[in-house]
Amino acid sequence: MVEVNLWSGLRSLTGGKQVVEVEASTVGEVLSGLVKAYPQLKGPIDAGVSVAVDGRIIASGLTEPVSADSEVYLMQRLKGG
Amino acid sequence: MSKIHVTTTVNGDETEFLCDPRETLLDVLRDRLNLTGAKEGCGTGDCGACSVTIDGRLVCSCLVLGAEAEGKEIATVEGIAEGDTLHPLQRKFIEHAALQCGICTPGILVAAKSLLEKNPNPTETEVRYWLAGNLCRCTGYDKIIRAVMDAATEMREAS
Amino acid sequence: MALDDRKSDFTFVGTRPDRPDGLDKVTGRAKFGADAVAPGMLFGAIVRSPHAHARIVKIDTSKAEAMKGVKAVVTRADFATGLTGEFWNVQENVMAGDTALYDGHAVAAVAATSALDARDAAKLIEVEYEVLPHVTDVDKAMAADAPVIRDGTADGSVPEGMHPNVVRYHESGHGDVAAGFAEADLVIEDSFKTEATHQGYIEPHACLASLGADGKGELWCTTQGHWYAQKHCAALLGIETSQLRVTASEIGGGFGGKTTVFIEPVALALSRKANRPVKLVMSRSEVLRATGPTSSTSMDVKIGMKKDGTITAAEGVFRLQGGAFPGAPMEFTAMCAFAPYALENVRQVGYDVIANRPKQAAYRAPGSPMAAFAVESVIDLLCQELDLDPVEVRLKNASKKGTKASYGPRFDDIGLVECLEAARDHPHYSAPLEQGQGRGISCGFWFNHGGETSVSLALSEDGTVQVSVGTPDIGGSRASMALMASETLGIPYENIRVTIADTATLGYNDVSHGSRVTYASGLATIKAAQAAIAEMCKRAAAKWGIPEDAVKWEDGCAVPSGPNAGDFEPLAMADITADMGATGGPISGHFEATPEGAGVSFGVHIVDAQVDPETGKTSIPRYTVIQDAGKAVHPAYVEGQFQGGAAQGIGWALNEEYIYGEDGRLQNAVFLDYRIPVASDLPMIDTVIVEVPNPGHPYGVRGVGETGIVPPLAAIANAVSRAAGVRMHELPMSPPRILAALKADG
Repeated sequence: MVEVNLWSGLRSLTGGKQVVEVEASTVGEVLSGLVKAYPQLKGPIDAGVSVAVDGRIIASGLTEPVSADSEVYLMQRLKGG
Repeated sequence: MSKIHVTTTVNGDETEFLCDPRETLLDVLRDRLNLTGAKEGCGTGDCGACSVTIDGRLVCSCLVLGAEAEGKEIATVEGIAEGDTLHPLQRKFIEHAALQCGICTPGILVAAKSLLEKNPNPTETEVRYWLAGNLCRCTGYDKIIRAVMDAATEMREAS
Repeated sequence: MALDDRKSDFTFVGTRPDRPDGLDKVTGRAKFGADAVAPGMLFGAIVRSPHAHARIVKIDTSKAEAMKGVKAVVTRADFATGLTGEFWNVQENVMAGDTALYDGHAVAAVAATSALDARDAAKLIEVEYEVLPHVTDVDKAMAADAPVIRDGTADGSVPEGMHPNVVRYHESGHGDVAAGFAEADLVIEDSFKTEATHQGYIEPHACLASLGADGKGELWCTTQGHWYAQKHCAALLGIETSQLRVTASEIGGGFGGKTTVFIEPVALALSRKANRPVKLVMSRSEVLRATGPTSSTSMDVKIGMKKDGTITAAEGVFRLQGGAFPGAPMEFTAMCAFAPYALENVRQVGYDVIANRPKQAAYRAPGSPMAAFAVESVIDLLCQELDLDPVEVRLKNASKKGTKASYGPRFDDIGLVECLEAARDHPHYSAPLEQGQGRGISCGFWFNHGGETSVSLALSEDGTVQVSVGTPDIGGSRASMALMASETLGIPYENIRVTIADTATLGYNDVSHGSRVTYASGLATIKAAQAAIAEMCKRAAAKWGIPEDAVKWEDGCAVPSGPNAGDFEPLAMADITADMGATGGPISGHFEATPEGAGVSFGVHIVDAQVDPETGKTSIPRYTVIQDAGKAVHPAYVEGQFQGGAAQGIGWALNEEYIYGEDGRLQNAVFLDYRIPVASDLPMIDTVIVEVPNPGHPYGVRGVGETGIVPPLAAIANAVSRAAGVRMHELPMSPPRILAALKADG
C-alpha cells in the first residue's frame, strides 16, 4: 500500500482523512486507486493534479513508478507563465 | 474615399505610393511599402516601437500621416546597415544580448542612432532619458544601455 | 548518458555566443505576428462590449454586411456548440454568448478589404444590451450583497455558505498552527491588497488565418504555444485538430499572456465565412481591456516568531479575483507563499473569485509574487519589531534539501541557502544608505514545469545539424538549444541551426511557459543528439567491422574504444554523414516525452528605494538579483531573465494597475496611463547567478524565466516601508498611496 498525502482542502471528500492508502505501483494507479476508494475525488483529480513522488513533482506522467516507501503528495496541477 | 499620391524617399530610395488620408506613416511603411521593421506597439506614440526619422528628426511613425511624407526623407531600421556591414549599434546589440524578444529593437536602434548623431558621447543618464520613449518589457534596459554606451565608445574611437 | 551521470565540465554550455536570430532582429527582417501577408487577404476588426456586465438582447449586423468591402461578419453563432470545461470557458471569453461579462468582451467581428473599412464596419454593427449590475473588486465580489455573475460556476471544493462568486477553494498545510503561534514571542497578522497588472508585452496579439469550408486551415500567430492554439482553435471552430496547421511567428514578448487564444479563433471564423485569408491585429487598448491580466488579490497573513528569529507558525488566506471565469491561480499563491521556509506549522487557504473583468492569464510565476508581497512584508515587520537582520532571519528558517515544503513533499537539491548567503555577502547588502533611503530584501519561489516535449534533430550530409523544437523562442532559447546540442555532439555552435517547427512538422509540444523551455526542450535536444550519436557510432562500427559497443563518441568524432576495438582513425561527424544515404539511410535523433524533473527555483532580491516625502514618488537607486539557475546555459540570457523579471516587478510594485471606474470600465487602457517602467525609471540591475544543479536535467539546468518576478513586489515594499517609515499594505505604491500612508501615519 502507498500512503498518499492529500491537500487539506480535500478532507471534506474523504471523510476527514488527509492521508489515505491505495494499492499502486505507478502514478496512474495512485490516481485511479484514489477515485475507487473515494469517488468524490474524481472531480478534483479530473480538474488536473500533479503528484509529488519523493519530492519530484510529476505534472502528467501516469507511468512514473511509486513504491510502498515513496513519499507521495497529491497537488493541484502545475503550470506557469 | 479617394487616395493621395505621395512621393518620398525611404532609406535613400525614391518611393511613390497611394494612401488613404487617414493612414499613418506606419501603416504606409508596413502595409504599402512592405517595410515591416517598424512595429506598432500602441498606435498612440507611447511605446516607440515604430520610431523612424523624417529629415533626420526622430518621430513615432504612428503619429505621422502617410501623406505628410511628401517630399521628405524617411529612414527606418531597414536602412541602418550598409550592405552586409552592420552599424556598430546593431553589432553591439547582438554582442551584449541587448534584446530578448526583439520587438522593440528596431525602434530602439533608430532612436539610439539618432541620439549618437546628436551626442556622440552621452552619459548613462542621457541615454536613459533619450530612450525613455522606447518601451522594452523584456530586458529591464540594462543591456540595452550598455550596448548603446559601448557602440558610442567604438564610434568615437573610429572617428 | 543516464540522468544521474550529470555532466559538470562544459565546453560550449556556459559561454555567450551571438544568438542565431540576432541579425534578423537588428535589421528589421524578423517576422512577428503582424508582419505576415497572404494573397487576397482581408482585415478583421472586433466589436467589444462597452459594459462590464450586460445581457446581449440583439445583434443587428445588416448595416455592416451591406457596406462595400465587407466580406464577413461573425457572432457566437458562427462557432462550435456543445463545448464543455475549459474549451467552453475559452470560447465564452473569445466571443460572448448570451452575456457580456466585462468591459471589452468581444461580441461580434467583421472582415473587410482594408483595415480602415473593417474598423468602420465594426461601428455599424448594432448591439442592444440590457445592462446588469457588476462588480470588479475581489472583496466586494465575495460580499453577501454582490451581484451573482455566473451562478453555478462554483465547483465542489467551495465550502458551504460562500457567495456564488467564490468558485474554487484550496486549503493545505501541516502541523498545528495554533500551537505554533502559542510558542511565538511575537505574532503579527496583517492584510494586503494588490491590483491586477498586465504582462505588457510590446507586441499586441496578431494573426493571419485561412480556413476553408473543407475544414482545412492555416494559422500564423504570435503565441507561446502553437499546439495549444491548434487544439483550442480546432475545438472552438468544430474542426479536426490535425487539419489546422499552426505556425508560430517570432513572438514579441508573452510572459504568460500568450499562453491562450483570443483573436485566433475569431480570425479563423471570419476566414471560413469569407473564404479568404484574414489578418487580425489587436490595438493596445484591446490588449489591455480584453486579454489576460493578472488576478487582483486580497490577503491576510499571520506569522509567529521567537526572539531568535525562528518562525513557529505561519498562516495565510489568499483571495484572488481572476475575471469572469474560474481559474485564478490561488492554489499557486497559497502553495508558494511559505515555500522558502522550513515550517513545522503552516496553513494556507485560497479562494478563486469571479468578477466582471477579463479572464486572467498567466503572468510569470502566476500567483506567487502577490503571496511573497504579503508574507515577506510580515517577516520584515517581525524583523523590525524584534530588531533582527532580515537576511539572517531568512537564513535561519530557509528551506533546504530534505525540508518538508509548506505545500507537502520534501525538497530535493535547491539553492535558497546559497542565494541567501550570496545576498549576505554581496557588497550591496552592506553598502551605506543615503538619507531618505530604505533597503528591502525578499525571497521568492516558483515550481517550474516540464511538460510534453518533442524535438527532432536531423544531420545534413556536410556534418551540420538542424534542430526542430516546438517551443516558441521568447528570450533567446534557440541559442541555448544550439549550445546544448553542440555540447552533446562536440561540434561548433555555428554548425547548428535551431528552428521553431510548426504543428505539422513535429509532435506535440506544451506551451513555452512554466520556465520549461531551456529545461525541457533542452533535455529533449540533448536526448535527440544522443540518439543521433548512437546511430553514428553504429555506422562507424559497421565501417570498421567491430561491435557497436566498441565505439564511443568523443569531441565530435566516433573513436574505437576498449581492448578489442582495434586501431582506427577517428571518424568525424562529417565523414559519417557524407555517405549516410549509402550506409543505412538519413540519420536523425528525436525525443518525445514529458520530462518530470523540472526542479523548483528560488531567488533573493536586494533593493534600495528612495522615497520623496513631498511627492510620494519612489526611485530605485540600486537593485541586485540573486537566483539559482541550476546551470546557466547562456549566462547573458539568464541575466536578461533576472533583469527583466526585476523590471516588471518594479512596475508592479510602484506604478502599474488596472483602474476600473464606478461604471466597471477600464480607465487606463493605453500605455500613457498604464505606465510600465521606462529606461529613465530604472538603475542598472546587478545579477548573481547561483548554480545548484537540478538533478532532473543532464546538464543541471533549472528554468529561470519566472522566479525573477516573485521577490520584487515584497523587496520593494520592504524598502519603501523602511524609507518612508510607514508600512505599505497595498500595491502599487504609487505616489498618491504613499502620500496617503504618510498622512495617515501623521
